[in-house]
Amino acid sequence: MTAAERLKDAIMAAGVAALLALPLIGFETVDTGGPLGIKTRFDYIAYAAIAVFLGRLGMRIALDWRRNYRESLADKLDPVDAVKHKSVLSDLGRKADKWLMPALIGFAIIMPFLPFANRTVIDLGTVVLIYVMLGWGLNIVVGLAGLLDLGYVAFYAVGAYTFALLSMHFGFGFWETLPLAGLLAATFGVVLGFPVLRLRGDYLAIVTLGFGEIIRVILLNWQPVTGGPAGISGIPRPSFFGFPFAADPPEGTTSFHQLFGLEFASLHRIIFLYYLILALALITNIFTMRIRKLPVGRAWEALREDEIACTALGINPTNTKLTAFAIGAMFGGFAGSFFAARQGFISPESFSFIESAVILAIVVLGGMGSQAGIVLAAAFLTLLPEVAREFSLFRMLAFGAAMVLIMVWRPQGLLAHREPTMRLHPAGTKPGGGTP
Amino acid sequence: MTQPLLRVEHLTMRFGGLIAVNDVSFDAHEGQITAVIGPNGAGKTTVFNCIAGFYKPTVGRLTLTRNATPYLLERMPGNDIAGKARVARTFQNIRLFPKMTVLENLIVAQHNKLMRASGFTLLGLFGWPGYGKAEAEAVDLARYWLDRTNLTDVADEVAGSLPYGGQRRLEIARAMCTEPVLLCLDEPAAGLNPRESADLNTLLRFIRDEHKTGVLLIEHDMSVVMQISDHVIVLDYGRKIADGTPDVVRNDPKVIAAYLGEPEDSAAVQGVV
Ligand SMILES: Nc1ncnc2c1ncn2[C@@H]1O[C@H](COP(=O)(O)OP(=O)(O)O)[C@@H](O)[C@H]1O
Ligand SMILES: [Mg+2]
Repeated sequence: MTAAERLKDAIMAAGVAALLALPLIGFETVDTGGPLGIKTRFDYIAYAAIAVFLGRLGMRIALDWRRNYRESLADKLDPVDAVKHKSVLSDLGRKADKWLMPALIGFAIIMPFLPFANRTVIDLGTVVLIYVMLGWGLNIVVGLAGLLDLGYVAFYAVGAYTFALLSMHFGFGFWETLPLAGLLAATFGVVLGFPVLRLRGDYLAIVTLGFGEIIRVILLNWQPVTGGPAGISGIPRPSFFGFPFAADPPEGTTSFHQLFGLEFASLHRIIFLYYLILALALITNIFTMRIRKLPVGRAWEALREDEIACTALGINPTNTKLTAFAIGAMFGGFAGSFFAARQGFISPESFSFIESAVILAIVVLGGMGSQAGIVLAAAFLTLLPEVAREFSLFRMLAFGAAMVLIMVWRPQGLLAHREPTMRLHPAGTKPGGGTP
Repeated sequence: MTQPLLRVEHLTMRFGGLIAVNDVSFDAHEGQITAVIGPNGAGKTTVFNCIAGFYKPTVGRLTLTRNATPYLLERMPGNDIAGKARVARTFQNIRLFPKMTVLENLIVAQHNKLMRASGFTLLGLFGWPGYGKAEAEAVDLARYWLDRTNLTDVADEVAGSLPYGGQRRLEIARAMCTEPVLLCLDEPAAGLNPRESADLNTLLRFIRDEHKTGVLLIEHDMSVVMQISDHVIVLDYGRKIADGTPDVVRNDPKVIAAYLGEPEDSAAVQGVV
């Protein structure tokens, strides 16, 4: 684009912005004592137009610069290499799974003992890890199997309510309930998946969205069991393998601080919960890394690439999708039980559509299939609102802007890099001879 | 007389008012290359889609005989036709797993075998040694076909980055990794240059002679058809108009008419058909 074209483009965009801004920010209602008065704010419209003008101009220049950069690269490299060297970030993506993940895990393990770690920080870390685990769980469904699931929070809810009900009414402990909650969530995954997994893309997304809402509405209305909108409170807190975290344990039980001969501190429980979710999340990660290298994991990825080709190779697409759906749901259920145990209180409000959207955003933003990318995206999306509390009104705006930017700039996600599940020639060696 | 590998009887496929395939019957035999030719829109791909279970025939019976067991293909879902009856196919517009590597494409093709070896994932998840052995064997089979198709050097590249000819060969290698008794190829030479086309002939002969796999071949490139097929079936407007050896078919006036629209000009046909 020439400079004149860029200028024209930016002026047009500014014009549109000014038109839009007129009704949106051009007027202000003021209290005149009696009826509301209206004041015009033409200066605000001007600011909006100028901002859009500069932004658009900047974007055009940046896009052109990027195209030139790519073309100059393409001239230098042969086509295959050019694809590989597309950007610095995809290089980063390649390295991410090698060093970024171990670094992140190492940091997560020592975090509670770092000097800055207080109650708030550890609590925040726990929340981030819940979303990391949910992201990793959904990644199996969306990133690996390519099934767009907009109702993932339903399985999270199933896990949470299973935990709450079993522990409240039957006195089950955390460790007994956890597998049951996962199993029940997986069963829900199969029950939902069986009729709908024939649908593709958008249709599947709509049905899963509906399923998420149905679960929430059931939780709201099935008063006698779920407690309706009031939810369930007083859920027993998890104990340290049978040793409760209590200042004065009931007769005949030893409390955690007595067991280790420590001074009682309420922080112990917080730290324990932090490590609990860290362990659960790591199990999810290890599971995913392993299953990717098994036939079923490869079949998921193949199914994402081309379902018809899979059928022609004898792969049963429905069963394969169903396993992905069920396993993803199971990890959602685990995360749900942890959530219920940590909060001690759950209500349908915690399982609204926006949660599904955030989890999906984590997967898409992080780079579908990239484990490290999901950690970064989960941290970004959960910490951003905390860091910028005074801008909490703009949270959704920032969220939307981030999504749009990612889609424009890196539609494949932040750290999208797919590491092959096996190699014929050991990594790093270049097989002799040219391509045939 | 033993049963033919594939027997197609009275196959008819209707799409609404359009009869894409009309009462077509033919046989394909083990260790033979059977070519299906005909002008564009004659219904060749539709016949393949019926055999592979992508379409359910309106009328007709498709019997595949493997180890003296008959499989009625028209009653089986597509994945069982590939997995149990062992019919493999390639597509007119290539369908690889473009983001997976060449090797992974070939391993996915051995899914059912590996799935059983991994104890339906459970044993594999805990690193059961039997699975490791099965996987190594799968890699060996993949390597065998990589060598045959000249793709060993690019085994770790993503399939989508291969040049067109390489993608075509990979699709055949992938189909062969399912260890089929019948291999259906939908225009495998389309878009290949003469050298690649000659290599393809060698590969198909090898598959036929060394593996005794029956090959069913849709082809436009007549040099390929006439050189390597044992048996040619000609379709026109959904009907079978000729069936025989390449020499017989080449001189059949109906075939000449179908290809050129005028029966007299048989001298020119020799070059085309
Ligand atoms: N799924 C379908 N729906 C409707 N018509 C189809 C479908 N598939 C093929 N046809 C029609 O059937 C006829 C035969 O097509 P096809 O088998 O692809 O021909 P060929 O492979 O011989 O070129 C064409 O007229 C085509 O338009
Ligand atoms: Mg065709």
